[in-house]
Amino acid sequence: MKFAIQVNEGPYQHQASDSAYFFTKAALEKGHEIFRVFFYHDGVNNSTNLTTPPQDDRNIVERWAELAEQHNLDMVVCVAAAQRRGIVDEGEAKRNGKDATNIREPFRISGLGQLVEAAIQSDRLVVFGD
Amino acid sequence: MSETIKQFLYLNRKAPYGTIYAWESLEVVLIGAAFDQDVSLAFVDDGVYQLTKGQDTAGIGMKNFSPTYAALGDYEVKKIFVEKESLEERGLSLDDLQHLVWEDEDDDYAEKDSIKLVSRDEMAAIMDGADVVFSF
Repeated sequence: MKFAIQVNEGPYQHQASDSAYFFTKAALEKGHEIFRVFFYHDGVNNSTNLTTPPQDDRNIVERWAELAEQHNLDMVVCVAAAQRRGIVDEGEAKRNGKDATNIREPFRISGLGQLVEAAIQSDRLVVFGD
Repeated sequence: MSETIKQFLYLNRKAPYGTIYAWESLEVVLIGAAFDQDVSLAFVDDGVYQLTKGQDTAGIGMKNFSPTYAALGDYEVKKIFVEKESLEERGLSLDDLQHLVWEDEDDDYAEKDSIKLVSRDEMAAIMDGADVVFSF
């Protein structure tokens, strides 16, 4: 089956990102396709390179990035939600006159149309959040 | 823009202020309108407060985005389902909500009501019938 995943909550504060990660990983291991993981609302905070959790805790950002690298997963961060919350790539930094970037590749910033497209193209949209 | 037409249901469950879910949900609806899908909106639980009229956010220093709901008709959003029980549990009725309409171009652009009150059972059937449920 082809899934689209939507993550609506940030890391650590809320379990939604953990649950989405385990669901995505399990689906891939079972041979399903993940069309895209879309990060929205505070979920965009899952993509910051600046996160530094204690060493004995899971690193949620790195974990997503590694899964994406292993499986060539498309992970998209909503641009409007990212701008509000200070998630910045080079293009956004230039466009908005910011002097730093913080996105962890291969997360990429794009528009809400990517969420709608994912919902159209996939058999199921699974939303993680409250 | 896309050949596939799906039944999209945007499910709004939270109060308009206090968290950003309602406003960012509306942003998805507006962007999603460009994709020509079969769109419905549903309002349940505290989500029914999103449609109340006379919202005044001056005291909390936030943007009052409630006028945007009145533009939904122009975005071809014609089906807005509000759960009757959720209204009643909060002491609200249809009269407390904005009067949302869409223009029917096949009927001399007559303005038609977008909001339909449905029971909890009917709402369950609406969710069941949707291909995609965006839950906010």
